Amino acid sequence: MIEMGKIKLGILKNFLNNLLFKLLRKKKNIKLGIYGPPNAGKTTLANRICLDWVGEKLGKVSRVPHETRQVFIKEKVNIKLGKGGLSFNIIDTPGIATKIDYEDFLKFNLTKAQARRRAKEATKGVIEAIKWLDDVDCVVVVLDATKNPYSQVNITIIGNLAARNIPVLIVGNKMDLKRAKIKNIEAAFPQYPVVGISAEKGNNMEEFYEKLYEVVKKC
Amino acid sequence: MLTLKFIPYEEISHLSMDAKIEKLLEIVKQNKIILMQGRLTPEEETYLIQRTMESINKKFKGVELCIVHPQFKEKGVLKQLRNFFINALAGNSQGITIIGPATIVKKIERDPEKIELLTKELKKKRR
Repeated sequence: MIEMGKIKLGILKNFLNNLLFKLLRKKKNIKLGIYGPPNAGKTTLANRICLDWVGEKLGKVSRVPHETRQVFIKEKVNIKLGKGGLSFNIIDTPGIATKIDYEDFLKFNLTKAQARRRAKEATKGVIEAIKWLDDVDCVVVVLDATKNPYSQVNITIIGNLAARNIPVLIVGNKMDLKRAKIKNIEAAFPQYPVVGISAEKGNNMEEFYEKLYEVVKKC
Repeated sequence: MLTLKFIPYEEISHLSMDAKIEKLLEIVKQNKIILMQGRLTPEEETYLIQRTMESINKKFKGVELCIVHPQFKEKGVLKQLRNFFINALAGNSQGITIIGPATIVKKIERDPEKIELLTKELKKKRR
């Protein structure tokens, strides 16, 4: 009898511990990393989310690659979905690249000094983005749907997140452009949820939030 | 002139992550294109990018990278079991890794069927 009582008490203790853990976890802000190659529209998406739910933008966007050269964080972004909701800290990271040449920026009418400074800051930004991989709970990988998804940077980012067991949602951005092909991204990464959006125009954001909710539940 | 350097898996498999990446970067900085047997782990790939960024200077602009690894998509239980054992035994020694200096390799285009390595036209020095 005493043994049975001890077992029942143990089960009850575990149940309460789990309940407490889940309640505390729900209250925590989920750290949502936004990753991807340069110029895929990471900051445009971060701005869209912040505009939708906070009413203000997070960062500056530009057609010149590596506009975001440091990590930007927006805390306590509350997203309401049906009866439920999610609370995020959004971490917008610089684009990850394997090469940075200041001469590439000269095509965008930057002076040599500006281009060199931008390149130097961009290399530091990539390192910072990689270091943040240790601190995110789940990740939205933003890819340009008009480009070939089989780039090594995309594969490395997604492979790294898989190795760390971090839940991933892949976003095919720029779907408002004619040459965008979401099927290419779906074929390249069949084991991940994929959603096509236009962060700039705000197209298909409802589906994005629904899929994000499904992914975040795994955190 | 392009120089290709072949690295067998055994040559680097025993090295630590640090030593492995430093060795690869050292070769790439000599303007050689590496053809390495096997693949890097996801952690090593990320570390390669990080170390590449830390090494960028006037001469070294970064790398172009491509890792090809066989993906088994067979569905039968026996075939999946066979593939599991192949993976367990061969591990990262399967596949091939190409790493080239960005000053020479403009782009490595990959789709599931083929790999295209586009090189930069080297400017001729005027006498």
